[in-house]
Amino acid sequence: MADLTSEFLGIASPNPFWLASAPPTDKAYNVNRAFEAGWGGVVWKTLGEDPPIVNVNGPRYSALHSNDRRVIGFNNIELITDRPLQVNLDEIRQIKRDWPDRAVVVSVMLPMNEETWAKYVPMIEDTGADAFELNFGCPHGMSERGMGAAVGQVPEYIQMATEWCKKVASIPVIVKLTPNVTNIVPPAKAAQDGGADAVSLINTINSIMRVNYDTLTMYPSTDGMGTHGGYCGEAVKPIALNMVAEIARNAKTSKIPISGIGGISNWRDAVDFLALGASNVQVCTAAMVYGFKIIDDLTDGLGTFLDDKGMHSVRELVGKAVPSVTDWQYLNLNYIEKAFIDQELCIKCGRCHIACEDTSHQAITQTLNGERHFEVIDDECVGCNLCVSVCPVDSCITMHPMTDGIDARTGKAISNKKLNWTMHPNNPMRKDG
Amino acid sequence: MATPSPDIRPNRLGKAEIDRNFADLHEPLSRSEALIEADRCYFCYDAPCTTACPTGIDIPGFIQKIRSDNIRGSAQTILRENIMGGMCARVCPTEVLCEEACVRNTHEERPVNIGLLQRYATDPIFESATPLFERAASSGKTVAIVGGGPAGLSAAHRLAMLGHDVKVFNRDSKLGGLNEYGIAAYKTVNDFAQREVDYILSIGGIDVENNVALGADFSLADLRSNYDAVFLGIGLGSVNELGLENEDLPGVKNAIDYIADLRQADDKGSLPVGRNVVVVGGGMTAIDIAVQSKRLGAERVDIVYRRGPEQMGASQFEQDLARTNGVTIHHWAAPVALSADAGGVISIELEKTELDKGGKLRTTGEIFTLRADVVFKAIGQKLDDARIGDELAALQLQGGKIVVDQSQATSLDNVWAGGDCAVGGDDLTVSAVQHGKVAAIAIDHALRS
Repeated sequence: MADLTSEFLGIASPNPFWLASAPPTDKAYNVNRAFEAGWGGVVWKTLGEDPPIVNVNGPRYSALHSNDRRVIGFNNIELITDRPLQVNLDEIRQIKRDWPDRAVVVSVMLPMNEETWAKYVPMIEDTGADAFELNFGCPHGMSERGMGAAVGQVPEYIQMATEWCKKVASIPVIVKLTPNVTNIVPPAKAAQDGGADAVSLINTINSIMRVNYDTLTMYPSTDGMGTHGGYCGEAVKPIALNMVAEIARNAKTSKIPISGIGGISNWRDAVDFLALGASNVQVCTAAMVYGFKIIDDLTDGLGTFLDDKGMHSVRELVGKAVPSVTDWQYLNLNYIEKAFIDQELCIKCGRCHIACEDTSHQAITQTLNGERHFEVIDDECVGCNLCVSVCPVDSCITMHPMTDGIDARTGKAISNKKLNWTMHPNNPMRKDG
Repeated sequence: MATPSPDIRPNRLGKAEIDRNFADLHEPLSRSEALIEADRCYFCYDAPCTTACPTGIDIPGFIQKIRSDNIRGSAQTILRENIMGGMCARVCPTEVLCEEACVRNTHEERPVNIGLLQRYATDPIFESATPLFERAASSGKTVAIVGGGPAGLSAAHRLAMLGHDVKVFNRDSKLGGLNEYGIAAYKTVNDFAQREVDYILSIGGIDVENNVALGADFSLADLRSNYDAVFLGIGLGSVNELGLENEDLPGVKNAIDYIADLRQADDKGSLPVGRNVVVVGGGMTAIDIAVQSKRLGAERVDIVYRRGPEQMGASQFEQDLARTNGVTIHHWAAPVALSADAGGVISIELEKTELDKGGKLRTTGEIFTLRADVVFKAIGQKLDDARIGDELAALQLQGGKIVVDQSQATSLDNVWAGGDCAVGGDDLTVSAVQHGKVAAIAIDHALRS
């Protein structure tokens, strides 16, 4: 099988799967179990100043479920570690000693003054940890105290705190970014400018799960009151992928290594992050939902995938898809696809028809000679992929590029010449030639 | 050999075993089972299941409401098309109706379990007697309904809803027709048929007179002159005969009568059960009597049917149910003689049948005999000519049933008909409910124009 070993900022681990800074990495007991299960590394749950913070004593978590109670999205209001600093430091030291081949990174969150950083960073580094991860991402609780996402939302603060940390740290510094911003590139650039060795993203997204339908109050609540939490799990992956790809493809930030985080539940999700520019990945929610055993599928699935692709190491996969990500304005407007429905596979549910009929382009039939029959009308099909998206049968509807002939919808010949918006005759701002 | 001849006696099984044998055939779905099953529905457009439902229930619509925990809305979606949606959820041969049409069959041969989902949505409404329908303002019109079965009650409910005053004339001592008297006990436990009747009547405006029979206690002509409209949902009151000698001997019974006794019995064990039971017929009634005989402790139960499995009125599911209950089904065999001793029938002689080149059924000459302490006749029913022949004389009949048009109107002015007594009646509760509904809408239209 392909070589799964990973080296991130010079930190070796047997595979590119780390457990993200979160409840699963809060103490030695859990971390030992994770390493026994085969995880490549951990980012220890965020350390802060003593005395430790306190957590609520009611619900910290809630989930968005499918009808069969599969967890699709996950929300938490837990804060950073609530254990005394020295207990954590002692355990980190012991863990690193017991598991020298695994990555042990320590997440840190400290107030915005340099003295505090100068005080705590050396104490933490002394444990033998491999790197720091600066938590500029937590969107609840700590951000009200001027830390976490409150820092991550202001590039100047990111740069400042990163500089303070770098000044006293001799091990690598990773900056963990919050997705609660409109553009992820400035925060990433600020981390880089502050001397960060890498960025990791995303942290969780501000979220309220729902209301309690009986009491019409926010759910879940602490004694009748609720507060927004941080959203994670499968549902956030597309948001995370976009942010990772934005950093990876932007000339200002494309050189900084990325640790990808956000809804990774299986090896395919990991392939997404790696191909879009992450050098390794971090997982939390999937482990919290299913336990540490999911590492088996993550490693096995990734290895098999690399073998099938003829790749020998994870490195070969990193960034592979980045060149295919661009701005809308550079998409080829002369390229045409049409949907095609495989009549052998079609179960005649009619979902493609009604979706297209009600909400799109009236490009799918309903009957043929009085019988249910769903077929694409090329004269109307704009190739939007809606039918493919809603069809319940895998591979029943597929998109087919037109390489020559006439597009029945426009009556125009297919052109092999690329034409994007910057050159399009309808664009008043077009660049000629 | 000390066994009596014929060997017919009660209490072949203990009470506990009989209770177990007559418990709910299908356990209702729990909430989580229902949610998972509802998730399997693809919410088809112009859904084939809805087309296949004789009452046209918006099946994807009610399943979607289950999915969002909108159970009352789901029940309303069902019951507004089929007020007996609760009973139909239990007795419909879904495997040849909605579930056969389910698109899930194409790739996985496992349709959405529409029947049990429908029961999940409707059970709480009948348990809590939650009113879902209101009467329109009174029209001042009156409608007589003859027959308190599914067709009559469906018509009565819809007419009451539309603002008319309804009088139901019912032959039996309880309403419900075959729902109350003619369906296997394990399909409708806990007196569901009567709870459904109570729910239907709770809308108001429906007056009921039990124990009165057309032809004996009142005439069609009276009804026509005393009411603005008449609906006939009289079912098929008499049973087809085998046409064999000894048919009137003890031990030769109408399946339908025995099923009624069983449904009404407080103690099912008290019914006499033959050691060897032979059922003649191939419909749902044949299966119901065969399986129930077995579950009452008959040692051997045989169904004999003169044609093949495809021609049987009972669906494949029903045939399989009979077999898993230990019933033997003999296809291509026609009864030719009943043998008896002093105590009654003791065996039935059958002749094998086949189709000739022209596709006509003929006997082959090959004879075999089955031991029979009891022979049940389940070869269909017909209009009771002896009792109501004169009443029906004014109506156009065809094949022994009342001719109706698409709105269930008969050849007589202001008389509508539906259910098994009408042409198009097919021995299904769901069809009868649809007839009653269609007729009620047509009657309403006629009374208002």
